[in-house]
Amino acid sequence: MADKNGFFDLSKTTLSRRTALKGIAVGAGLALAPGFVRYSQAQSSAPIKIGFQSHRTGIGAAYGRWYEKTSAAAVKAINDAGGISGRKVELVIEDDGTDPARGAEVVNKFAKQHKTDIAFGTLFSHVVIGSAPAAGENKIPYFVVSEGHHVASTKLNRYVFQPGITDVKSQIQSMAPWIAANAGKKVTQIFPDFAFGYDHRDYLPPALKAQGADVIAQIAIPPTESSFTKYFPQIPAETEVIYHVMVGPAVLTFVKELGEFYGSNRPQLFGFMDSLEATDINSPGLEFLDGSHFWEGSPRYAQADDSAAQKAYRAAVGIDDNGAAVGDPKDVSTASHMFGCWETLYVVKKAMEDAGYKGPEDRAKLVEATEALKEFAEGPEHPQGPKTFNGKIHQCFGIQNISKVEGGKLKVVHKTKIEDGLYEPEGDYTKQAL
Amino acid sequence: MHFGPHLLLAALEGLVTSAVLALTALGLSLVFGVMRIVNVAHGEFFMLGAVLAWAISTAISGHPAIGFVAALVIAPLLVGLAAFLAEWLVLRRLKYNPESTIVATIGMLYIIQQLALTFYGPEARPVEPPFSYRILLPWFGYSGYKLSVVAASAVLLVITWLVLTRTKIGLIMRATQYDRETAQAFGIPVERVYAGVFAVGAMLAAIAAVLIVPISQAHYLMGQDPLLLSFIVVIIGGLGSLRGTVVAAILIGLSDGIISMFFSPTLAKIIATLVVAMVLVFRPQGLFGTTPR
Repeated sequence: MADKNGFFDLSKTTLSRRTALKGIAVGAGLALAPGFVRYSQAQSSAPIKIGFQSHRTGIGAAYGRWYEKTSAAAVKAINDAGGISGRKVELVIEDDGTDPARGAEVVNKFAKQHKTDIAFGTLFSHVVIGSAPAAGENKIPYFVVSEGHHVASTKLNRYVFQPGITDVKSQIQSMAPWIAANAGKKVTQIFPDFAFGYDHRDYLPPALKAQGADVIAQIAIPPTESSFTKYFPQIPAETEVIYHVMVGPAVLTFVKELGEFYGSNRPQLFGFMDSLEATDINSPGLEFLDGSHFWEGSPRYAQADDSAAQKAYRAAVGIDDNGAAVGDPKDVSTASHMFGCWETLYVVKKAMEDAGYKGPEDRAKLVEATEALKEFAEGPEHPQGPKTFNGKIHQCFGIQNISKVEGGKLKVVHKTKIEDGLYEPEGDYTKQAL
Repeated sequence: MHFGPHLLLAALEGLVTSAVLALTALGLSLVFGVMRIVNVAHGEFFMLGAVLAWAISTAISGHPAIGFVAALVIAPLLVGLAAFLAEWLVLRRLKYNPESTIVATIGMLYIIQQLALTFYGPEARPVEPPFSYRILLPWFGYSGYKLSVVAASAVLLVITWLVLTRTKIGLIMRATQYDRETAQAFGIPVERVYAGVFAVGAMLAAIAAVLIVPISQAHYLMGQDPLLLSFIVVIIGGLGSLRGTVVAAILIGLSDGIISMFFSPTLAKIIATLVVAMVLVFRPQGLFGTTPR
């Protein structure tokens, strides 16, 4: 290369040794200065950081572990296929202790300390409701896999999305006709005494009423309860169907004690899989569940008509045909919910690529790009089934599975349609300021 | 359901709670009575018993009763050993100072809990009951195993009482409780008594946990409720009084069963806490406690 002006020819210039040393020092300082090099790189090749709020401890810990496994599998699949806009994806995991206050701290930490691009997370509705304000204040998009109606109710804020799992109101509405037609008309509800349970408490009675069935009793149980027999006398004798949805570590006790109480002479049972997530349905004492029905988000057991996408998803996450970890049949997954992590991460990918997302300064663009999404086709990115998305209420809608316990397995006997679960939006997040 | 059978079910549930509570609280009361130590980690020894029961019963194949009996013998011994080590490593170094030991046992609580989370995991895991007989009453069914827990607990309480009142070991323990310095002057190895009592206290909690674990699964957070209830029982019954602990356990267990069935479980907890407050105000030494010397 020509050096016409002789800049690099030390013999021709008056550059003293002192000046040269100064120059080197300044140059080195610039190169080492925090943010200087990294910032210019962030636009191109630095990984996209996703803050993952996980129930590592507390009553949601079994969910947290499987949410982590599923998310890690999805991130690996995304990275193997080239990442998001050519950039690698990286999960930054923080434990929320299944506690709302800590959940909010974790979201703050993502925004301020880890400086992640988005927050992503968690299941328990009280944690999501507790964390949502922190996401709004920090203006960091917060994608949840929580199942509750709180996102779609438009009571949270514009930065909270639930694009990977349907909400309770929609689930109940689409299954109520089946319950009324096949299980019975007089329904007693047993649900946990907090936000998620209240969705069931509030939306089941009207949904059943529309089908000519009635909720005759509602029994709320504290989520940390460990013994349940004392609640069962509240179940009216004329009950035809017990509708149960329980969460937390004592779910197995709940179902077992229900069996001891009724024996074979039981009303019909319709349960949400939440009552038995991460629990083997062949555990001792659960024989009486044979013939009962469950809602499943995504089937725990491999079904005869599983799509290729479903099979690939199960293999990637590492669950066998019985929905347990490959190599450890006692380690039962939370299959009904964790698929939502996989699908949500693919929604994030799509929205980021649509928005031309470069870094945290584009978060508002990401919100708008997510709101613009309309539907997700069934396939490797959405193995649970096709979905539509309502950008006004930040909620997706999809199919539900009703499964019957038969010979120690769950067999899907009915799939609802997307239209069955649609309802009038209760508000519009897009009218809120960004 | 009619009032009669409803009350019967409430009483049965209450009795099971009482039985387990009596054993757990007895351990806590013994440790306090003899060592004057408030053991905040007591609930974690309970949890450890349940977790070990799961590990032992899954390791042993064959009829569930074999695994259960093995767990009933081995789990408390292992928990006793862990408590013995904790006493030797921590409490002895603190010279049993009341304030320091509270902080130290809080530390133990978290250490044991997090170790369980790390090595056992977050799941609730079931242990198969040694037998599953369902007693069929005209109004409802009831687990035969639950009733056997009540019987087993009663037997264990009688044994503990016999050991404390009829044997030399019991005499030494009571002497240490009555006056530590005089006991030492009479040649009683106080430190060894302390280590033994701490281990036995933890073992009682572990036995209670092994008995309860076929009913409610082993989980790393299961120690919190028994700890709280044990404190309530020990305060009401009188710290260090065996009789008071048993009476208070039955009282709290039955009222918890009955109130939570007819009203609400939250009300039952409110009332229990209120009773504690009242006892502390009007009879600080507890129903059967003696004023400390």
